[in-house]
Amino acid sequence: MQQLIQEIFLEAFSNSYLNTLQDSAVLPAQDGRLAMTTDSYVVQPLFFPGGDIGSLAVHGTINDLAMMGGNPRYLSAGFILEEGLPITTLKQVVSSMAKTAQDCGVQIVCGDTKVVDRGKGDQIFINTTGLGVIPQSVDIGPHRLTPGDRIIVSGDLGAHGMAVLSQRQGLEFSGNLRSDSAPLHTVIADLLNHHITIHCLRDLTRGGLASALNELATAGPRTMTIEESRIPIGEPVRGACEILGLDPLYVANEGRFVMFLPPEDVDKALSLLHQHAVSQEAAVIGEIGVTPSTPNQTLVTLQTRYGTHRILDLLSGEQLPRIC
Amino acid sequence: MKYVDEYRDPKAVETLSKEIHHITRHPWTIMEVCGGQTHSIVKYGLDRLLPPEVTLIHGPGCPVCVTPIELIDTACELAKLPEVILCSFGDMLRVPGTHEDLLRVKAQGGDVRIIYSPLDAVAIAQANPSSQIVIFAVGFETTAPAQAMAIIQAQRLKLQNFFVLVAHVLVPPAMEALLSSPENRIQGFLAAGHVCTIMGYEMYEPITQKYHVPLVVTGFEPVDILEGVKMVVHQLEEGCAIVENQYARSVHRCGNVEAQRIIDDVFEPASRNWRGIGSIPNSGLKLRPAFARFDALQHFHDRIHLTEATTSPSSQCESGRILQGLMKPSDCSAFGTRCTPDHPLGAPMVSSEGACAAYYRYRPESIAKI
Repeated sequence: MQQLIQEIFLEAFSNSYLNTLQDSAVLPAQDGRLAMTTDSYVVQPLFFPGGDIGSLAVHGTINDLAMMGGNPRYLSAGFILEEGLPITTLKQVVSSMAKTAQDCGVQIVCGDTKVVDRGKGDQIFINTTGLGVIPQSVDIGPHRLTPGDRIIVSGDLGAHGMAVLSQRQGLEFSGNLRSDSAPLHTVIADLLNHHITIHCLRDLTRGGLASALNELATAGPRTMTIEESRIPIGEPVRGACEILGLDPLYVANEGRFVMFLPPEDVDKALSLLHQHAVSQEAAVIGEIGVTPSTPNQTLVTLQTRYGTHRILDLLSGEQLPRIC
Repeated sequence: MKYVDEYRDPKAVETLSKEIHHITRHPWTIMEVCGGQTHSIVKYGLDRLLPPEVTLIHGPGCPVCVTPIELIDTACELAKLPEVILCSFGDMLRVPGTHEDLLRVKAQGGDVRIIYSPLDAVAIAQANPSSQIVIFAVGFETTAPAQAMAIIQAQRLKLQNFFVLVAHVLVPPAMEALLSSPENRIQGFLAAGHVCTIMGYEMYEPITQKYHVPLVVTGFEPVDILEGVKMVVHQLEEGCAIVENQYARSVHRCGNVEAQRIIDDVFEPASRNWRGIGSIPNSGLKLRPAFARFDALQHFHDRIHLTEATTSPSSQCESGRILQGLMKPSDCSAFGTRCTPDHPLGAPMVSSEGACAAYYRYRPESIAKI
């Protein structure tokens, strides 16, 4: 085990905090409030078009920090490995994780590895905890949602979920289905540095756009209306969802977010968003309406291309592919 | 996306809506047979683009919804057997049996796998020679050819561990059963485009004549559905009752003859119990004697022990009347209160083609406020 740690993890993640190999990493005091989050990654297959479990374990956690306006600094990394996992696979994942962390400007400062019996795991599980610093003036959250706020999505939806699903099931769709997995902290920092007033942010992971809007509308509580024709969805995702009977608004993303901001900041925000590769296709999709007056009131409404309206509700359980 | 976008074009939808308003003179009740069409109608709000005289009622064309409870219980019992891998389409997993659904059996350790094509189950059988693979064969004529193909493939490969729990149903006998019911109020049909892609539409011609109901073979996109409605309304206003084909880009009068031959090679018609509706003669498929060794019911008959209660579906569920178009989901007192997707009383609340699921998902305002 010691050899595994030395040869694989230390070599890949090497930094002055980790290399001491003490019981805890001792970090310098930070200037600002701390944001902390944790997430576990169990994706199968481990490698998929556009990413792997290692890059995902970095992106997913730093994106959770970024959604609070936090500037990600440090990560922990816990690995649960299933007996029989080829060392080459582990090395590939670890090296992808190290490269992703480096690209994102975060350090992996502590970690843990456990090996479980064959059949007790599924090759590799990774947990990462992230620590970030929130600048003093930043206040982002559903409590700031205001009637009239515009709703922006940062790019086309559903690519991660459909890329992983089609890889997992061996479905061959024509067209290029690649995960959108990407770090979001740089673009958020850019918006904040340019004094864009961001009221609320949410990354569109499990459950997709529809679930994120419902969670925020409930937390507000606020009503929201979005327009179907303004929601960016790529052709390969539309095609794959069409065949499987899935709704792309509920499909997971790993490099997309929804943002709420006052109308006067929209133009400036969009021009900044369009300068970043990760949010080149950002678009205004709707706005916040009145505060709900009764507990049963519909919170999120979708205006269809035909001018009719339907409710965009939370899904119960996962979407299941249909029969015919 | 070609072949989809042009059938979702807002301008075409608006024009068709106006044309239907223009030609409608009398009140008409039209049934869309297929659950896929029901979902399109409710999802896009197409019924709200129709004149008040035209009422759409939702038909029994959801294979998951009409699968009898005893077969779901049987599937659950099979999935609990340690040697069995039960393969099913995703929609079946949440459909409630008497005591549980397949998702719960899976959570409790049963090996239940979601497949996308029956041929996936053949591959699973090859890869797991020490397990017994059972495929839960659900669906209308649309999925029957792929199912038959999987069985032929299993025979060619001489697989000894591949079995089928057959729950296939057929559309025309069910339509006749609805039309001959004393409660019938259907005046015209939108027939299910995908079923007709396989089977063609010749067999509907005697039905339209006998019951004097117009029938239009219709696709699934907004433009398809409104065009189908327009064609039915036109016939009704003119006093005609013939079969027309709106979905000509996919459907020919004779259907897909090769697919029909494969179905016929493997299966033969049999009476079938429809959940909530009852037994309809010749409305299902069973394996022909030459393929009887693949029959899961026969192979496992001494391993499955269904309790007495399994034959009585929830008395609170009105799915039978909903599947016959005699009431809408929102007319049911349990809808959205005692019956939700998390705690369904019947299959239409959880199937992706179920009418109750469509209303719950897209029209929660129709839930009775307490």
